[in-house]
Amino acid sequence: MEKIIDIQHLSKTFGTNEVLKDINFSVNKGEVVCIIGSSGSGKSTLLRCINLLEKPSGGRIIYKGKNILDDMHDVRAYRTKLGMVFQQFNLFNNHDVLGNCMVGQIKVLRRSKEEAKEVAMKYLKVVGMEQFINAKPRQLSGGQKQRVAIARALSMNPEVMLFDEPTSALDPEMVGEVLKVMRELTESGLTMLIVTHEMGFAREVSDRVVFMDKGVIAEEGSPEQIFNNPTQERTREFLKRTLQQNQ
Amino acid sequence: MELSVIVKTILKYWPMFLRGAGTTLFISIIGTLIGSIIGLLIGVIRTIPVPEKGIKKYILKVINAILSAYVEVFRGTPMIVQAMVIYYGSKQAFDIDMTPLFAGIFIVSINTGAYMAEIVRGGIVSIDKGQFEASYAIGMSHLQAMLNVILPQVIRNILPATGNEFVINIKDTSVLNVIAVTELFFQTKSITGINFKYFETFFIASVIYFVMTFTVTRILRFIERKIDGPENYILYANQMQVETPEDALRRERKRIGNY
Repeated sequence: MEKIIDIQHLSKTFGTNEVLKDINFSVNKGEVVCIIGSSGSGKSTLLRCINLLEKPSGGRIIYKGKNILDDMHDVRAYRTKLGMVFQQFNLFNNHDVLGNCMVGQIKVLRRSKEEAKEVAMKYLKVVGMEQFINAKPRQLSGGQKQRVAIARALSMNPEVMLFDEPTSALDPEMVGEVLKVMRELTESGLTMLIVTHEMGFAREVSDRVVFMDKGVIAEEGSPEQIFNNPTQERTREFLKRTLQQNQ
Repeated sequence: MELSVIVKTILKYWPMFLRGAGTTLFISIIGTLIGSIIGLLIGVIRTIPVPEKGIKKYILKVINAILSAYVEVFRGTPMIVQAMVIYYGSKQAFDIDMTPLFAGIFIVSINTGAYMAEIVRGGIVSIDKGQFEASYAIGMSHLQAMLNVILPQVIRNILPATGNEFVINIKDTSVLNVIAVTELFFQTKSITGINFKYFETFFIASVIYFVMTFTVTRILRFIERKIDGPENYILYANQMQVETPEDALRRERKRIGNY
């Protein structure tokens, strides 16, 4: 299988606080990988390091055979290949729904307005938001905002989608609509890297699950292995805790 | 106060008042506009993230120091003094001959620019970090993020403060009478030099000033509401032809009212 992202000895420190320690893992093309773990374990930081919103302190990130942490590497071109969905949606407040999905295409990918609109409409239909194209972000509910954010990321035709706890800021009844969209995406063969607290969802959609604890990857494997027969004591502890909370 | 004196003064000197008010408005509009542009530029430059190494870092530091000095100097000295220094100083020291009107606009602009620079900087800092991150994550450069995402939001957010500056400028142009700009205060003073009715004449001037500032405030409030748009999004507002009972009632009332 072709490795699309290969992370080698990645580390990140904030001051004296070591958030990520010697992370090694890779994502294959077309794979859906879920990263689980308790708060503060470094999941989000790892994701943010991958698209360089945080600058890694050490290590290498190999994207399609090239180390993107080389000084000469074009960071912006690389970022367009990664679609990012944030916990807080981060829709552009000054644009309407359609504008949110078009501005990146026009300004960064230099697509024509017509083409950008066509692509945007295609993905807004995928997430079921095509009726809201003229709405401003503040007129939408959390679930709707997140669906638009997904469409915005997809409109750039990324090769990898990164999801940073996409349902954590949502009301419980809105989690379902976002997960439904994501579930459909996993079936389309897109490479996806998802940081999530939704254990049921992770178990159902992922090809591989990564469990992080205190800045290291404690365990990784197939969902069956992680959820049914975890080898590590801390994985067991974590799963027990989260399952208790859900009951 | 005699009403007849006021009426007489208005009837006799209205062209002078009008010209003065016109000049005041002209200087404050142009000054506020240019000042806002200066402020936007400086605000953007001062919020460029400083790189960790390289020459760029030092160039930025020098530019930032110069801009800080500009802001501090012009915020820290009275406009009336600046007017004297710039108008007479440029003539005597550098032999630059400015018309009073040009000097007036120049002084108001750089003054407003100094204040607006801080307002804009505050506006940029107050924008949620997520807006920057989403822009960067989509592949935008700092400049693209600024132009397409951040500044439109900043401009909306600083509109009330800009309106404030505008109102202050309308009032503060009166100090430009020291360099003989024929704005409203200067004109009023000239009129009193002819008719010696200080109270009545200046009372008219104060009413004109108030009307100008009040109108400007209302117009800006209207623009703010226009930009914000409605609170809720109405699905299919144009396409759905189904009438609600309220609409039917309203239509019926209108029909009856027409008879």
